[in-house]
Amino acid sequence: MVPVSYYAVLAAILFVIGVMGVLIRRNAIIIFMSIELMLNAVNLSFVAFARALDSLDGQVFVFFTIAVAAAEVAIGLALIVALFRSRQTTDVDDVSLLKG
Amino acid sequence: MELLVFVILAILAVVSALAMITARNLVHGVLFMVVNFVATAVLFLLLNATFLAVVQVAVYAGAIMVLFLFVVMLLGPQPALLTERSPVQRPAALLFGLLLLVGLVAVVRVPALGGAPGGVTPELVARVGNPRLVGELLFSRYVLPFEIVSVLLLVAMVGAVVLAKKTTKPQ
Repeated sequence: MVPVSYYAVLAAILFVIGVMGVLIRRNAIIIFMSIELMLNAVNLSFVAFARALDSLDGQVFVFFTIAVAAAEVAIGLALIVALFRSRQTTDVDDVSLLKG
Repeated sequence: MELLVFVILAILAVVSALAMITARNLVHGVLFMVVNFVATAVLFLLLNATFLAVVQVAVYAGAIMVLFLFVVMLLGPQPALLTERSPVQRPAALLFGLLLLVGLVAVVRVPALGGAPGGVTPELVARVGNPRLVGELLFSRYVLPFEIVSVLLLVAMVGAVVLAKKTTKPQ
């Protein structure tokens, strides 16, 4: 059996890759997918600890996280499409009208 | 044997994640993400979470990523550049990412897991079945969040339709 700490370290690595994706990239869709990557990493750690603690509460939480992520993706992508329709760009650095 | 499968899946997940965040082509990025999600689903299977593995493939890889693909196709060809406005952004991001990784890995101390273990042993799961146990938990202790999530999905649907409507000026 693989120790739980291996799963926790893998989840940490995936989470940090997601964070770097959000920090480094300028395209809104890639940033959005990096956010999904972060959620996925947290789901993995939830399920790993659920197995380690002999409990299914972690898996139920992941179920809810997946549902909320689906709702968030629907709204976020609708926002990106609306933004693109009005500004013809998905570069987040170009959307700076509120900048002081 | 299980360790070998875990290592293969871990390498697959990390490589596809790295490929996604460095992808020039948006469609390639989405497809790398699908690979990452499928690798995570198989990791869920390794962790004895069969219901979640199927939900992950059906919802995350099958619906959410397809939605991404629709939007990518809708937006058309994009210049997905990797250049930043300020030259310090990428080294700073790498540095802070590394710091975060060190911090996250340093707190992984599993023998200190406190609390009494719940009663769901692998023998129970093998006997009763994972979906049934998740369902029993979902509809008894977590029924309120379940109903709230259904309202949340309704709100998301209404919001997405409102946002996507073409605004026409009244004549």
